[in-house]
Amino acid sequence: MSDPGEGGRPAQRVVVTSPRTRAARVRRAQPAVPVPLLSEESDLSTHYVRSLIKEQRRLGLLVCGVVCGSLAALPLLFALAPRLGEQRLLGLPLPWLVLGVLVFPVLVLAGWFYVWQAERSEREFAELVERP
Amino acid sequence: MSGTYSLAAVIAVALGTVLIGAYGLRISRTTSDFYVASRTVSPWWNASAIGGEYLSAASFVGIAGLIFAHGPDMLWFPVGYTAGYLVLLTMVAAPLRRSGAYTLPDFAEARFASRRVRAAASALAIAIGWLYLLPQFQGAGLTLHTITGAPTWAGALIVAVVVTINVMSGGMRSITFVQAFQYWLKLTAIAVPVVFLVLAWRAQGMPDLAGPALPVFADETTVTFETPTTVRALEAVPVTGSGVVDGQRLAGGALELGPGTHTVDAGSRLTFPGGSPVPHVDDVAPLSGEAWALPLSGGERYPLYAAYSLIIATFLGTMGLPHVIVRFYTNPNGRAARRTTLIVLGLLGVFYLVPPLYGALGRLYTPELLMTGNTDAVVLVLPSRMIDGLGGQLLGALVAGGAFAAFLSTSSGLMISLAGVLSQDVLRLGGVRGFRVSALVAVLVPLGMTLLVSGMPVADLVGLAFAVAASSLCPLLLLGIWSRRITTVGAVAGMLAGGAPALAAGLATIFLDVGDAWYHVLLARPAAWTVPLGFGVMYAVSLLTPGHVPVGVDRVMVRLHAPEGLGSGGTR
Repeated sequence: MSDPGEGGRPAQRVVVTSPRTRAARVRRAQPAVPVPLLSEESDLSTHYVRSLIKEQRRLGLLVCGVVCGSLAALPLLFALAPRLGEQRLLGLPLPWLVLGVLVFPVLVLAGWFYVWQAERSEREFAELVERP
Repeated sequence: MSGTYSLAAVIAVALGTVLIGAYGLRISRTTSDFYVASRTVSPWWNASAIGGEYLSAASFVGIAGLIFAHGPDMLWFPVGYTAGYLVLLTMVAAPLRRSGAYTLPDFAEARFASRRVRAAASALAIAIGWLYLLPQFQGAGLTLHTITGAPTWAGALIVAVVVTINVMSGGMRSITFVQAFQYWLKLTAIAVPVVFLVLAWRAQGMPDLAGPALPVFADETTVTFETPTTVRALEAVPVTGSGVVDGQRLAGGALELGPGTHTVDAGSRLTFPGGSPVPHVDDVAPLSGEAWALPLSGGERYPLYAAYSLIIATFLGTMGLPHVIVRFYTNPNGRAARRTTLIVLGLLGVFYLVPPLYGALGRLYTPELLMTGNTDAVVLVLPSRMIDGLGGQLLGALVAGGAFAAFLSTSSGLMISLAGVLSQDVLRLGGVRGFRVSALVAVLVPLGMTLLVSGMPVADLVGLAFAVAASSLCPLLLLGIWSRRITTVGAVAGMLAGGAPALAAGLATIFLDVGDAWYHVLLARPAAWTVPLGFGVMYAVSLLTPGHVPVGVDRVMVRLHAPEGLGSGGTR
């Protein structure tokens, strides 16, 4: 790794945060997707991208809403039904079991579901766009 | 406290960090080394690195301390820190990576093509970074103080110096490996001791953690008060020792602390007999084990509001933290960014299983911390308290080393982001020298603030940083990514409308003593009103100024949302 930089010049130290701005600015001219496919601003491609965005937004809001929504319902639940906080399950008081242990696998599962779905709709989008 | 091994562990971690930083200087030479190497990092490495950087003082010592003092309401901290990544994953991860932004200001400019939006985002990123550095320094001071008795500024100074050397020499950040290693070090340092602690608790016949009694001193305990402290006793407690209580010198070395509040002067050393109830510092409500174990009974005046404000701040604030965003750039594409985030969710979940155990065991074994108010120290003190001899000291050393690793890695990540933003957007100094000057400025401000602030729980300070991020940069990211109607005017207005009051409220709680006023909770946990304000103003102002939608927004949207590598073999 300590070999000289490109072109045989001795390696030189460069600050890597600083030049990013300019790079980002220059690159803005080129979209992520190859020019002939999507930047023609044809009605069809704009339509495809819009529907992809809509679909991903719906999916994200759905996963977020269901998981975070049900989590956020817990304090209210504990306030309205104080007896619930006294219940014990598997030797632990219910609030501790839910917030200290069970929450985490649920979050991971929800994340996994989201990734699976999001990648699927991106694949479908790619097939639509790349269809000759 | 016998802290020889702990001190050795802290020194080893600090020296190791400097050495690895210096070594990293040699292996990551060129800009392209940095980028190319980092783009081939696998999601597992990347996720470990994100975890290593994210688990800060608040996670390592702060959560356990708050649970110890206030009970299960504080479990929302670890839940929120993790759920924040689910929100990040579902709403931000892939588009953020596809924007090609390296920092939040970069994203702001890439999305809005406006220097003004960029400037506002920069100012907020710097404020959040400083607010987040503060508890890291404070935690370091606390750790060093707990293990050696050194003054609290000493630990803060050590972390500041080590991190500054590291950042200025260019190490640390460039090596994903180091940050990734930090995650596994921290997990080991907090999880291995807890196994022994739980075994020791079982060996003692599993004393009840949620019994009907108030916390009592298990054995005769001598407590040194380092700061003037107001304590409240519910029952009369006989004490011996030396010092000044309620303005009077302890005559004959003995005294009875009657029910009510008492002031104990700094430097007093009081000995409490075993089995006597523990007086509590006045901002920690005395709770029986039963009451402590219940939700919404932690002594907060408006527990429901506080819980919801915390939930909003942590769920939405994670995405706006300056050091979190940078790591997404090292993913090769949006898809990998998503997979990385998913793994982070798992890694955080595993880590956060542990701190509540410390908090609960602390009720039995280190109740005097409820009286000195030094609740953040519970993780550090427990191992040597519960396990006698060398074993306990070595476990204590492991925890102390891990805690220091937490302060160092999070501070390094923050410092790099801060110095980057400062040198580009504020000081406008280019090159290596500009970056170094910025690093100095980035560290001096929070270090100075650390000297002014003391006694605020570490996790609460971090909560404030989350609240500012959730009220300002979160609306920018969420609305910017998912709505094409947001205008430059709306973006700036929304960031300021949410961020400025959250920041002001945070500073007010840190520096002013608002005491028990009804609005205290509105200032200490501002997210519940500042987040809707930020989102609302950003959207409403955007609808009112449709002429200021950035040109080429459709193109930007394509770039944010279309998967990479479409068409002729793919670009990038």
